[in-house]
Amino acid sequence: MESSLSPTAGFFTSKINEVLGWARKYSIFQYPFVTACCGMEYMSTACSHYDMDRFGAGLPRFSPRQSDVLMVVGTISHKMAPVLKQIYDQMTEPKWVVAFGVCTCTGGFYDNYATVMGIDTIIPVDVYIPGCPPRPENVLDGLMKLQEKIQREKQSL
Amino acid sequence: MPIPNQIQEKFQQAVFATHDFRGDETIVVKHEALIDLMRFLKNDSEFLFDFLMDLTAVDYLNFGEARPRFEIVYHLYSSSKNKRLRVKVSVEEENSSVPTVTAIWPAADWYEREVWDMFGIRFIGHSNLKRILMYEEFVGHPLRRDYPVNKRQPLIGPKN
Repeated sequence: MESSLSPTAGFFTSKINEVLGWARKYSIFQYPFVTACCGMEYMSTACSHYDMDRFGAGLPRFSPRQSDVLMVVGTISHKMAPVLKQIYDQMTEPKWVVAFGVCTCTGGFYDNYATVMGIDTIIPVDVYIPGCPPRPENVLDGLMKLQEKIQREKQSL
Repeated sequence: MPIPNQIQEKFQQAVFATHDFRGDETIVVKHEALIDLMRFLKNDSEFLFDFLMDLTAVDYLNFGEARPRFEIVYHLYSSSKNKRLRVKVSVEEENSSVPTVTAIWPAADWYEREVWDMFGIRFIGHSNLKRILMYEEFVGHPLRRDYPVNKRQPLIGPKN
């Protein structure tokens, strides 16, 4: 829908864009790709004390076909990297990726033969949450930034 | 009498050296007598080492003095008698192979695969000696001292 047709058309498309963004950001179905210790902090963020459900992101879906946010939690080794790429490719649009913990952001304190130095060498990442492991408040801040990003993106139908 | 001395009485030719540090009893044995000694240690009523706690290897490449490059270390525990023992056997670099102890303790299966993966020491008689921690196409044995520290072999992604 082109907004150059008339001013009113542009108003409607941007409103629809806003509504879609609102709907998508408050109904996040995550795929928690948990491999290591960051999983503990993920679990504690998802539980009752630092609730993720109040942000609408409380339902993890353990299938890439049914989820839209791939949260990569924990160190990714070279042996696991093709699996991660396959899971990312199997997700349907629109999809976002959250790099949870420093191991997924940059490789963390690992600098060896086995660790991928940051998952952005393999898949595109939207939000980086540093920390080893990140505190739950940190995770929720990252989640809110992801929600802002989803809201302001151009939504595809 | 401490265990190393008991073993040294029975297996004089096999045992190179023993040492004991604050209760950590160790015997260093010869290659040929390894399997017989291990079977004896498991079955003999005085020792009954029924639990293989660990099987690993050490690389003495940059250690200084001239000695065989690798050493396989077995940690044994006797659950009925609450006794521990460490058995070490030296392995040369050119002929780096050791008979397997999986017939005696089945737990040695994955430990020996890990030693093969990380150090490159073959275990003769092992039924399934392939890589366990690294992926199959990996070239080299990473925990050897001459594997470059920063060398990465990524399956996908940028190579350095």
